[in-house]
Amino acid sequence: MARMTVNGKSLEVNANPSTPLLWVIREQAGLTGTKYGCGIAQCGACTVHLDGAAVRSCVVPLAAADGKQVTTIEGLAAGGTLHKVQAAWLEFQVPQCGYCQSGMIMAAAALLKDKPKPTDADIDAGITNICRCGTFQQVREAIHAAAKA
Amino acid sequence: MNIKTPKIDRRSFMVGTAAVGSGLVLGLRLPFGPSVVRAQDGSPEITAWVVIRPDDTVVIRIARSEMGQGTLTGLAQMVAEELECDWSKVTTEYPTPGTSVARKRAWGNFSTGGSRGIRESNEYVRKGGATARMMLVQAAANGWSVPAAECSAANSVITHKPTGRTTTYGKVAEAAAKLTPPADAPLKDPKDWKIIGKSVKRLDTMGKLTGAQVYGADLKLPGMLNAAIKDCPVFGGTVKSFEAAKVTGMPGVRHVVPVGDSAVAVVADTWWEAKTALDALPIVWDEGPNAQVSSATIAQVLKEGLDASQAFVRNQNGDAKAAIAAAAKKVEAVYAYPFQNHAPMEPMNATARYTADRCEVWAPTQNGEAAFAATVAASGLPADKCEVYKINLGGGFGRRVFHDYLTQAVLIAKQIPGTPVKLLWSREEDMTHGRYHPVMQAKLTGALDAGGNLTGLHVRLSGQSILAAVLPQNLQDGRDNLVFQGLDPSGDFAFGYTIPNLTIDHAMRNTHVPPGFWRGVNINQNAIFVECFMDELAKSAGQDPLEFRRKLMGKHPKHLAVLNAVADRAGWGKPAPTGVYRGLAQMMSFGSYVAACAEVSVAGDKVKVQRIVAATDPGYAVNPGQIERQIAGSFVYGLSGLFMEECTVKNGRIEQENFHTYDSMRLAQMPKVESIIMPSGGFWGGVGEPTICVAAPAVLNAYFAATGKPIRTFPLKNHGIQMV
Repeated sequence: MARMTVNGKSLEVNANPSTPLLWVIREQAGLTGTKYGCGIAQCGACTVHLDGAAVRSCVVPLAAADGKQVTTIEGLAAGGTLHKVQAAWLEFQVPQCGYCQSGMIMAAAALLKDKPKPTDADIDAGITNICRCGTFQQVREAIHAAAKA
Repeated sequence: MNIKTPKIDRRSFMVGTAAVGSGLVLGLRLPFGPSVVRAQDGSPEITAWVVIRPDDTVVIRIARSEMGQGTLTGLAQMVAEELECDWSKVTTEYPTPGTSVARKRAWGNFSTGGSRGIRESNEYVRKGGATARMMLVQAAANGWSVPAAECSAANSVITHKPTGRTTTYGKVAEAAAKLTPPADAPLKDPKDWKIIGKSVKRLDTMGKLTGAQVYGADLKLPGMLNAAIKDCPVFGGTVKSFEAAKVTGMPGVRHVVPVGDSAVAVVADTWWEAKTALDALPIVWDEGPNAQVSSATIAQVLKEGLDASQAFVRNQNGDAKAAIAAAAKKVEAVYAYPFQNHAPMEPMNATARYTADRCEVWAPTQNGEAAFAATVAASGLPADKCEVYKINLGGGFGRRVFHDYLTQAVLIAKQIPGTPVKLLWSREEDMTHGRYHPVMQAKLTGALDAGGNLTGLHVRLSGQSILAAVLPQNLQDGRDNLVFQGLDPSGDFAFGYTIPNLTIDHAMRNTHVPPGFWRGVNINQNAIFVECFMDELAKSAGQDPLEFRRKLMGKHPKHLAVLNAVADRAGWGKPAPTGVYRGLAQMMSFGSYVAACAEVSVAGDKVKVQRIVAATDPGYAVNPGQIERQIAGSFVYGLSGLFMEECTVKNGRIEQENFHTYDSMRLAQMPKVESIIMPSGGFWGGVGEPTICVAAPAVLNAYFAATGKPIRTFPLKNHGIQMV
């Protein structure tokens, strides 16, 4: 039995301790905003915050999340108000198919927490998610805009 | 255990929409009354495209699939333009393919590939909006007992001009739905458009920001089980045996089932349990006749085609052979383009529920009707007992016009009647069971006269035909015209150069690797072949690449206009920043004229694409902001292909299994993309695909300018070149 807090709610999970956090979130917590893209920490579609830090949840075993705070895309907006990254994403019309964007937004939110005024180089280094629709130009603009918000 | 299942011919499931449209519709009863057709919530349908709710909400039906390209919003803009409705009250819904079949294809073609969403349905969806507007106005006029000609409509409000009386669409919708549609609904002059041509925001963004949007992989149904699958790693191979008993006791496992004759699935409470058990399941494959095929053996077959005496000729004038023989200078280059996987971010998936008298499928698909046909075929049930519900796609790029994954889901569900089963492929399954960009080689031979004029050109393509594999009925006397995209004598893929002696032909050399339509399809490699060769010819002739092209483009003013536009904006002919080199490319692609000028710097093996200026003339630009995003996005897909992506074949199977060996561009590698959208009117070109093809040759030509080294085999990683 593992216990964690997901988006402020406590969750008890009875699953193999090696089960990736991604699948705990999707199939035990029932939160499907966090996406499966590769399963080997290459694409970042599964990015969530674990005790406030961005992690690729497809390679984080349940055991490593035991007792920790998990924030998923569903928990990013506080009290019905979009997070400034989500608001900038809306303004700049970033998502195309949108499948990678949960992870992209969670990575951007974590970046802005660490570096409230990121340079282009900071964004290059901090956002390494794959987006096959190719939204990178808008992602960069939206992060700069969110930093000013 | 031994597997005894009927032999499955996968291609038989790619039933075209023609079959759906003709045969299957027979015998179905229309489940609607004679007067008003109603949406599921009871609101009246004015035309097949427009439902108006009492609260004035406008529901616009969209037959094409939204997979990121923006067609949902663009098509809604087109209906709304003619409907004269309040844009802020617009919402959309997908009609189901089964309903469409039952209603004699009321919504036309569902196919969403070939950049055809807007360019092929623009007229009838606008008519759907215009017809609905006329009916709503007529209903209001009837209510006031005045002539309809005295009434006007704007923003969902109908006004009787002489008296100033007003009513709204919501109030007259019921009455309007009972009227006989007018025989003709004239369309607006484009100069009067108010919504078409505006960069309105997409209608489908919010759910993508909060995690609320449900993709196929996210679907949850009561009592649903989850399936993971392994298909034979060698194309054409089959399952010899598997030991289900080894995994049936593992956590969550409910069923271990054969799927057709080539695959095995584990069905469990959760997908992770299914996948864990599948990884532990011993499977013995009969690898079949292709187990010895490799990239090298395939390349050898294609190489032979480069000089073969027999080839399908598509575009010919004059006598290229004689011109080449008489040339003052002969220039020759051989190119090779690899297999590539679509790798949409959402792996293939579908959910199916089967009972003896009903089969329902929920699937991300680029063609609802083909998905429906595949459901009918796999279930073995009559069409009126089948239905497909389209779910949001996490990317498509051409992969989801094929429904192998849907067929598998139905075949699994048939073995567990009554229980919905969601099949989700692992990324590894997705990478190794794609419908790959076809492999192609080309030999280009050019003749220059003493003045450096191009007097003859022979383009010989040698390689795989997609149509021969998936739509053989579309071949013409054996010839695959799709192979020649961008090299055609006329039409939506017209060659943009006039050359006095020209032969463009194709030696068809097929492989066992299943080919498919990969965003841009064959124009990607054709653009590289022709546009990189143009730069080699220009260099041999001692001429500027732009001037060299311009001399050949006098009869192709629209091709030339986009080329000139990018050259002007990029500053062609003026000095570039230190260490930066420029390259050009142009093509006609899916009905649009496109060009790019790339600026590239090279430091050893490291190549930085600094900037790309792109231009497109799609005839009409429905949503310029969305077109800009698709241009920049297409360059990411195209340049990922150019620099990084190759699927190699060893022992009959694809070697690359995930993004660590099949990489994709990241944000740090993104060039600054500047778009020039220059619609010249009078025709409808595509948007999603056209621009992808000019990115690679423009970058390659800039690299050629920087280094003097032409690169002719791809991807660039094979030359040690790294995109930074």
